[in-house]
Amino acid sequence: MWHDAVVVAGKDLRIEWRSRVGLNQVVPFALVVLLLFGLALGPDAGRLRAAAAGLFWVTVLLACLLAVQRSVAVETADAGRDGLRLSGLDAGGIFVGKAAALALQLLVLEVVLAVVAALLYATPLSGIGLLAATCVLATAGLAAVGTFYGAVSAGTRVRETLLPLLFFPVVAPVVLAATKAFSAALSHHSGGGLGWLGLLAIFSVAYVAIGTIAFGPLLEDG
Amino acid sequence: MSALVPPVDHGLFGEGARSDAAAASRQRRAQLALRVVGVTGLLGVVLTVWLGLWVTPPDAYMGNLVRLLYIHPSMAWDAFLAYGVSFLASACYLWPRTRDLRFDRLAGASAEAGVVFTAITLVTGSLWGRPTWGTWWVWDPLLTTTALLFVLYLGYLALRKVPGDPEVRAKRTAVGALVAFIDVPIVYFSVTWWKSLHQAPTISPGKSDVHGLMAWTMLLSFVAFSLVYVWFVAHRYRLAGLQAREEAEGLALALAERRAEGAASAVEENEVWT
Repeated sequence: MWHDAVVVAGKDLRIEWRSRVGLNQVVPFALVVLLLFGLALGPDAGRLRAAAAGLFWVTVLLACLLAVQRSVAVETADAGRDGLRLSGLDAGGIFVGKAAALALQLLVLEVVLAVVAALLYATPLSGIGLLAATCVLATAGLAAVGTFYGAVSAGTRVRETLLPLLFFPVVAPVVLAATKAFSAALSHHSGGGLGWLGLLAIFSVAYVAIGTIAFGPLLEDG
Repeated sequence: MSALVPPVDHGLFGEGARSDAAAASRQRRAQLALRVVGVTGLLGVVLTVWLGLWVTPPDAYMGNLVRLLYIHPSMAWDAFLAYGVSFLASACYLWPRTRDLRFDRLAGASAEAGVVFTAITLVTGSLWGRPTWGTWWVWDPLLTTTALLFVLYLGYLALRKVPGDPEVRAKRTAVGALVAFIDVPIVYFSVTWWKSLHQAPTISPGKSDVHGLMAWTMLLSFVAFSLVYVWFVAHRYRLAGLQAREEAEGLALALAERRAEGAASAVEENEVWT
């Protein structure tokens, strides 16, 4: 299964490296969202700083939606799904591979966004360890749920509109916990963020496990 | 031609296509039982309204607001009951030994009722919150969880509406329902914690004891609205069965009609040209 996961993740990352859709479209989109949040909340630095953690994670969530749609589109175009099924790869491995590729792209995006958000929202980055751990755990959860719902909505004609409706409510706890952990780190109270890290870890483990088990039946449906 | 039509269960509780006398009488009995449930439930609701609005006294602290007690908690109970049934039915569908499209229909019917009851819960809760807390909405853990539950299951219903092969759709929605259901405790826990870190719990609802006629009215509302729930779901379930049957047989019927039409027009053409 792990070998299959590496193969699938490598394939997705290679596609991204050659097409650069994430880099040329998703990252700029996320930057636009960061700017718009700034406009919506006004130039008051104090208010922006107070909201920075939440704005960052909502931006990540919006960008994540695009990344998931891209990850699904790669499979639905040219009957890639049938190719995956014919390849004999383990369904759990396919899930882990696709989720890992998605998570890796999101992590790169988060690093870029964090730097830009720190500049735009006048928020010096502190508690780097907690920030990094939060990013890793929250991204694992987002990628797992995103890949799962991407597969659920993949075969349908309404997937662009259906996916966010299914995806966003489920990851609401991730946004909440990641925002709290970030706020704790940025306000130099890293200890207060550890509990939220635990919650993120539980969420991620639960949904990676569920996705690995449930992906087989979903893939069969075509 | 008929070989192409997959076997579908007919009737109220899926008694197979062989509508022999026993099945017919069973169906009649089921219909009668359902009617009894419906009429009893509606009578109970009427009685609750009468007791709740006219007979019971206003509360010493909350005044007439207390009358929301006869609808709001029972709606919330119905909503959670509905989601519980939907979850169990989805699990039954996914379990290979009990895999049956009837469970899929039950899950869908119950979730639909659940969303309606959740909406009523949120609206009545908000109506109560405005005069009591001074605002239509507070970020109370229970409220926030209920609101997220509402959107979660709206998504589930949207997923159910997606056209496709019934078996595929059933499996997809059952998995979706399980994943959504698992999220509920996580959401509740995280929102509770979020609040507890931030500020003291919001003013708790009036602590005045509920007793006597008020308690009985409240109990009656629970029974009445639960019966209404059963009635809703049974009818929605029956309708879903009919829809599935229409989907399965509709095409065959349309083809047959079209053929008959074609044959008739061919005859006409022959008559014209010969």
